[in-house]
Amino acid sequence: MNDDAVFKALADASRRQLLDRLYEQNGQTLNALCEDLAMTRQAVAKHLAILEEANLVSTEKQGREKLHFINSVPINGIAERWINKFERRQLSALSALKRALEGEGGS
Amino acid sequence: MTGSKFVYVTFIRTSPEKLWSALTTPEFIKQYWFDMTHETEWKVGSPWKMLFPDGRVADVGEIAEFDPPKRLAFKWRNEWRPDLKVEGWSHCVMELEPADDAVKLTVSHTIEVENSKFIEAVSGGWPKILSNLKSLLETGEVAIANK
Repeated sequence: MNDDAVFKALADASRRQLLDRLYEQNGQTLNALCEDLAMTRQAVAKHLAILEEANLVSTEKQGREKLHFINSVPINGIAERWINKFERRQLSALSALKRALEGEGGS
Repeated sequence: MTGSKFVYVTFIRTSPEKLWSALTTPEFIKQYWFDMTHETEWKVGSPWKMLFPDGRVADVGEIAEFDPPKRLAFKWRNEWRPDLKVEGWSHCVMELEPADDAVKLTVSHTIEVENSKFIEAVSGGWPKILSNLKSLLETGEVAIANK
């Protein structure tokens, strides 16, 4: 399980669309996910396999059906690792600037 | 699918025993669960409570399954938001499976209510809790200190 697999899986509009559909309605079968999509069933199955491999989709057997769930844990990890961290740095740089300027003004 | 459900999966580089201990030791849980306190005797049928840092009760229930280091389940109901409490009992299962040099942790949370607000509410929290747990076990630090 690594970030590369997650970024690669996300670098595709069809796969992001599938994640959006699972976000709207979690726990869908392959058939349900294929509805109204301009993709073949084979293509959807292939994209789902890539998403599952990247751990962005989790699956569960229910009787004879396989249900697909969006798994946002890796996205959360990436948000922390690659987004929030830099945002914090930017904010602390700004607050350091503010302190420095205010310190200058006061002296 | 009837009812509402989510299934979250994370792979943590640790042993099933260490992960089990992290899931069932209240002092440790606090570190990755935003200072929430778990109160239970950790056996099947024991009442279970989760408290906010200020002592208010957040959720109540009981230990439904306790099979170390493989499977832990809770009967679970929200206690502090009337609109969530009214939806009744949910079921939360944590499964641990060895996977190469890691452990696959699957957390599922189910309720017999369509478009459940409760499931929507907890599904916002779980990814943060699980990211924190993973980070704490693998690096000794949590990724997110505040909710």
